[in-house]
Amino acid sequence: MSSESLRIVWIYPDLLSTYGDRGNALILARRARQRGMPVEVLEVRSDERLPATADIYLVGGGEDGPQALGAQRLLADGGLHRAVAQGSVVFGVCAGYQLLGTSFFAKGVQCRGLELLDLRSDRGESRAVGELAGEIDPRLGLPPLTGFENHGGRTHLGPEVSPLARVTAGVGNDGATEGAWRGKLLGTYSHGPALARNPALADLLLRWATGAHQLPPLDDTWSDRLRNERRSAVAAARA
Amino acid sequence: MPLRAKVASSVSRTAAALSRAAGRGDGSVIGGWIGLKIDPDLLAHLSAGRAIALVSGTNGKTTTTRLTSAAVGVLGRVATNSFGANMPSGHTSALAKAGSTPYAVLEVDEHYLAQVLEATEPHVVALLNLSRDQLDRAKEVAMMAQLWRAALVRHTDVRVVANADDPLVVWAATPPGDPARGINPPHVTWFSAGQRWHDDSWVCPECGSTIQRSGEQWWCTGCPLRRPEPHWVVEDEGVLDPTGAWHKVSLQLPGKVNLGNAATALAVAAEFGVRPVDAVSRLGIVTSVAGRYAQVDKDGRNIRLLLAKNPASWLEAFDMADEAPTLLSINARDPDGLDTSWLYDVDFAPLRGRQVLITGDRAYDLAVRLDVNDVPFQHVRTFDDALRSVPPGRLEVIANYTAFQDIRAELDRVI
Repeated sequence: MSSESLRIVWIYPDLLSTYGDRGNALILARRARQRGMPVEVLEVRSDERLPATADIYLVGGGEDGPQALGAQRLLADGGLHRAVAQGSVVFGVCAGYQLLGTSFFAKGVQCRGLELLDLRSDRGESRAVGELAGEIDPRLGLPPLTGFENHGGRTHLGPEVSPLARVTAGVGNDGATEGAWRGKLLGTYSHGPALARNPALADLLLRWATGAHQLPPLDDTWSDRLRNERRSAVAAARA
Repeated sequence: MPLRAKVASSVSRTAAALSRAAGRGDGSVIGGWIGLKIDPDLLAHLSAGRAIALVSGTNGKTTTTRLTSAAVGVLGRVATNSFGANMPSGHTSALAKAGSTPYAVLEVDEHYLAQVLEATEPHVVALLNLSRDQLDRAKEVAMMAQLWRAALVRHTDVRVVANADDPLVVWAATPPGDPARGINPPHVTWFSAGQRWHDDSWVCPECGSTIQRSGEQWWCTGCPLRRPEPHWVVEDEGVLDPTGAWHKVSLQLPGKVNLGNAATALAVAAEFGVRPVDAVSRLGIVTSVAGRYAQVDKDGRNIRLLLAKNPASWLEAFDMADEAPTLLSINARDPDGLDTSWLYDVDFAPLRGRQVLITGDRAYDLAVRLDVNDVPFQHVRTFDDALRSVPPGRLEVIANYTAFQDIRAELDRVI
């Protein structure tokens, strides 16, 4: 960690918070505090400078216009690139995932991304809306991914990133893989929010940020019930 | 009315009656749907000769439509779609059922506003608000504002009554005119009803710059878009009209949001020539609206039903609810929207200190949310379990759309 407390930056909630993205910040902060870590959550709006010294950066989902604007402002600001160079953790969801790549489409126009992840996104023939599930890259040691996706993009991964998961339900990147990660950068199409549906993913980000190999377990009764219930719903829809 | 329209209108009424008799629904959609199959222009034919107001927006349109009908009722009979059937089939059915009336007040689903403007040629259109609502099937919020704006460009003769507190509505209500072609921008009367929910309007729809807020004022930092001076304003327990006269409003509906809806109703009625002093007492006759705000006594409990279907309306529901045991019920069926992520757009902290029960198809999503929000709760399987779990007295029930209908069914479809 960079200082006394774990610093979480929620990037541009004024632009990129279309669907419950605040939840990811709330859950990360709570799970850190429950382990006794002091936490500071900074909401940085798009007319403010991005601090380059935080531990975890969250980029949420957004509509086309705000997504393009958010990418432009992040490129102009440069703070996120400096933070990544210093080893900070970045977690992007949906539009926030796409804009970490080299390019994406918004309002029919190809837009330049932040080039932090080796991937590019274009438009699919149909919108991907519904439950999303997958088996996560075994190297990350996490239980299956569950979430809700709602996007028109298709994402193509380059050789420098690994897929986050192999899709078992839904579309994700392209119907076969979902999300991507490299080093301490990770992106996904999962809403839910993603960290509410996947507390183990939240803990992975906390471990990356703190360097801890293990974190004390928490009471995840309700998350477990939610995950089981969603898994049954996906199975029932398939039957 | 042309013969085809007469036949269609009559068949439409018959189908609605059959639907009600068969217990299949309240008949507010099916009749109109069949009528429109016979005569696609039926809605236009049924609208002809009536002075019509349309009411649209994400939240409050059913209640505002009911209040507006009561206010316009000062002048004569009013046709209205009072069961919230707010698409063209519902409008057709409502007008056919009402027969000939001088006035109509129609609630319009925000996606259908352009189409219904075209068909009904209204005298007034009221634009309440735009916020996120079921994004997995609804249009994105900014796109909806764009559609409204484009529709109003084609109907610059309609009088607009719009919410000065919502930047997206203000932008939608003020398309530029085209003086070269003799097109003037629409005439707008602004009301201020307050807006608790700001998270869909931080970015200017005109230029993409940041929108700043201070108190009730808001302005774009990059272009001239800013809050217009409202003509109708909620003040204390009443409404200030454009002449500066204050009218006490005594509603049977709870919450500040309904005072705002009352102000909107008075402003719309005024466009028909209704004086607020004549209309204001009529607003107090509205008790519940399609089950919303209804109170039912059962097993010693006084149950009150509040519908909250998106983040903005949850904030309003917490404001209306008493400090009493509260049952929250969440579903995620098609009409609700399939994604429950929005639960994190709502701060449930106002419920701390109340006994909170949760139920519904997606109770576990709500459980995780409340846990993170430090709101203690108890999960119950059924509505009867909930009733047994609370002491005699008031039980507030806050539910989203289909969860609300489920509970309403348990209470014999209370209206």
